Amino acid sequence: MEKYTFKDFKSDQEVRWCPGCGDHAVLAALQRAMPRVSEILGYDKERYVVVSGIGCSSRLPYYMDTYGFHSIHGRATAISTGIKVANPELTVWQACGDGDALAIGGNHFIHAIRRNIDINIILFNNRIYGLTKGQYSPTSKFGAITKTSPYGTVEHPFNPGSLVLGAKGTFFARGLDTELKLNEEIMVAAAVHNGTSVMEMLTNCVIFNNGAHAEISDRAYREDRTIVLRHGQKMIFGKNRDKGLILDGLRLKVVTIGEKGITEDDILTHDAHSDNVGIHLMLADMKYPEYPVALGVIRDVNDITYDAAVRMQVEQVTAKSKIHCMDDLLHSGAVWEVK
Amino acid sequence: MQHKVIDTKDVVIRFAGDSGDGMQLTGSLFADMSAVYGNELSTFPDFPAEIRAPHGTLSGVSGFQVHIASEHITTPGDYCDLLVAMNPAALKTNARWLKRTAMVLIDGDAFDEEGLRKAGFREDPVKELGIEDRTIVVAPITSLTEESLKDSGMDIRAIHKCKNMFTLGMACFIYSRPVEYVYSYLEKKFGKKKPEMVAPNKKVLNDGYNYAANIQAIPNTYTIEPAHMPKGLYRNMTGNQATAWGFLAASEKSGRPLFCGSYPITPATSILEELAIHKSLGAKTLQAEDEIAGICTAIGAAYAGDLAVTTTSGPGLSLKSEALGLAVMTELPIVVVDVQRAGPSTGIPTKTEQSDLNQVLYGRNGECPLAVIAAHSPAHCFDTAFYASKLALEHMMPVIMLSEGFLGNGSEPWKIPSMKDYPEIRPPFATEEDKPFKPFRRDPQTLVRKWGLPGVKGFEHRVGGLEKNHDGVLSSEPVNHEIMVRERAEKVARLADVIPELEVIGPKSGGLLVVGWGGTYGHLQTAVSQVRASGKEVSYAHFDYINPLPKNTGEVFSGFRKILVCELNSGHFAGWLRGLYPQFTYLQYNKVQGQPFLVQELVSAIESHIC
Repeated sequence: MEKYTFKDFKSDQEVRWCPGCGDHAVLAALQRAMPRVSEILGYDKERYVVVSGIGCSSRLPYYMDTYGFHSIHGRATAISTGIKVANPELTVWQACGDGDALAIGGNHFIHAIRRNIDINIILFNNRIYGLTKGQYSPTSKFGAITKTSPYGTVEHPFNPGSLVLGAKGTFFARGLDTELKLNEEIMVAAAVHNGTSVMEMLTNCVIFNNGAHAEISDRAYREDRTIVLRHGQKMIFGKNRDKGLILDGLRLKVVTIGEKGITEDDILTHDAHSDNVGIHLMLADMKYPEYPVALGVIRDVNDITYDAAVRMQVEQVTAKSKIHCMDDLLHSGAVWEVK
Repeated sequence: MQHKVIDTKDVVIRFAGDSGDGMQLTGSLFADMSAVYGNELSTFPDFPAEIRAPHGTLSGVSGFQVHIASEHITTPGDYCDLLVAMNPAALKTNARWLKRTAMVLIDGDAFDEEGLRKAGFREDPVKELGIEDRTIVVAPITSLTEESLKDSGMDIRAIHKCKNMFTLGMACFIYSRPVEYVYSYLEKKFGKKKPEMVAPNKKVLNDGYNYAANIQAIPNTYTIEPAHMPKGLYRNMTGNQATAWGFLAASEKSGRPLFCGSYPITPATSILEELAIHKSLGAKTLQAEDEIAGICTAIGAAYAGDLAVTTTSGPGLSLKSEALGLAVMTELPIVVVDVQRAGPSTGIPTKTEQSDLNQVLYGRNGECPLAVIAAHSPAHCFDTAFYASKLALEHMMPVIMLSEGFLGNGSEPWKIPSMKDYPEIRPPFATEEDKPFKPFRRDPQTLVRKWGLPGVKGFEHRVGGLEKNHDGVLSSEPVNHEIMVRERAEKVARLADVIPELEVIGPKSGGLLVVGWGGTYGHLQTAVSQVRASGKEVSYAHFDYINPLPKNTGEVFSGFRKILVCELNSGHFAGWLRGLYPQFTYLQYNKVQGQPFLVQELVSAIESHIC
């Protein structure tokens, strides 16, 4: 087993994203995560396949020195599915955007999740169509002013997290472009997870949607407006680590430790492995200003994967069947002889 | 009445009834039984799109035509010798298919006031249809079935479901078939899940047979001797089953596992269903969320090294167009099966047509030619699927296989081949010599690129829908684009070096050459031989390879004064030929009715062009 560094996963192609684009940081995190994944799971480099659709983020496979497939708009998830079913030994990574995966490719996206095929989907969410120069996307906020919504959109956005969990997703995590370490950690967790892993990466588009996530991403208040969830750890956040989440009836509530008799013991502990999707859904749905936006691995549960089930069924049927080659098949069933 | 047993060469039987009456089953059982008996046969299911249309209505009539013979036949027959009509609607919609000498067997119980009203009859249906000169046998099939099973303890609905066995029993008597063959089928069908249904069905079948033997209303019975088919083992195959098996065979001969990503669509679905059974041969089937996912999962599987196929019909092919372009651009081996049906849009989903040809030839953005081959009979779907796979895998390209509803659902006996008679399939895998791997470097002769499989060390590369140069590096350089466009087209054109030449049935030159392609083969061949038998000179050439055309096409055409292109569309193939061989003049005979040709109409058309 070779030991890799991030350089092994960098291709010789010039990276052509705009300076300041959030995609650069996600690419860097991925190139750093892959050597770690190889170390943990024992994957040789030739087992990595990076697939993408169409859009700015879908250029990513060209920048990775792995097998890669830059496909067509929205279809990356279907291509990834075919690759994984054909050869489950491959570790399939997918780069796609919010328009790509959730608008034109929405159907493939939810069905991959429903099947729980073992692929790792990095969803670059900049809430805008960048490559076509600035039209609103399915994650643009209600009222967003873009080239195709000069008076503001009159559509509600998808929250990718609730879409994934609604489709019975087994893994959902959220990262933020500038949080390189956290993103790397998320990617490694996604690789270790068996099944469809969706990693929403909140990215900035400096040209068409600058400040896409500024209300939470700005250094000045990031720690107060986001919460990084880690399995088994208390849901505490804030610059002073004094805020936390509790359950108030059936809703989450932000509280301050030390106020109104709240102690650290009252704060919820994150259980990413819980079967109960309810709390994960509430966490994924949290929006500023009422709540901090949840980052990190929100849900990570085990279930049978599609590719494993396909393989198992082939093995089971083969073990029972009397037909093991074409000549067997040709002579099976209703056959008669002309003498 | 004097009962006669007549030995005849062939008969055409049409079973027609409500779509819930089990006519498809009755017809296919009769066909299978005749196959085992040794007859030549050809079948044609003609059913509505509705699963259960309103009971007794014209739109709910489902038919199954079977042609059995003691000599070689290639069509299910134009008109029928026996029509089984389970209700007035079935009689009304099928009376036009009666031969002058035909017998009609009807379920008298269904011809009550309500039944007649639903079918829109005002008076005596026989008179209204003008079929008084045919032999009409009225049997109270429903009440006799009820009588037969009155002690069975079954409810009336279940009893009525056995009516078709009574009919089948009567047909067995009329055509001197032993009913025993049906027994083994009934045991197989009901044995595991509903063993209690075996005995009642057998009883009704026997009662039907005995009833027909006793009533004295059937003037003649017939024997159709076994055909003199070449010695060997046979089985009855539908086109869709043969297509599925052809892919399994190609998988075995190439050593590439088979992947099929498909979305259910009439009349192609049974290919996916058939492949789903054969997991013991390594077939992986993915029922995709839509047509686009069907082809995209196949493209992904092809990239990863499988023999990847997707199966569909016209509307589904429309949805796959963009991804077909991706397969052309990435030069990955996939086979796309289009089992054509009457269009446009949803059209008439259960009826046959050849009207997707223009779509497969031209229906993509950019310069995007691809290989197209067509099956010409149900059993020929096996070879077509096999060789489509061979071309795709060895030449690293998508191949479209055209089938038709008529072929997919139709069946014929097939002499079982041996896999040792089929060639090996050798994909151009990248080897050590190809390092450092440049994915779009081409073989100078065939222009084929190498296949570098993910998982294999040292061939890491990227493919995609963007234009690139031979090294696989993205390029929008003007001259490079034109070179790549020309090479992709030329690669398809050079398949002409490996496909069989066009054969001519009849003289190699003369006054008239009849030209056909795809599933019209049986009808055209029969029509041409009938015309020739009448002493007139005509030749016939049938195209299995549409793009590219066989190398000798121009040479063949140059031998004839007239070329008559017959097809079940408005003239797509004629247009294709005009573009490629403009020096010839093409006459056309076209039919767009969702129905196969009739031999009779072809004979008239051909004769009208013979001076």
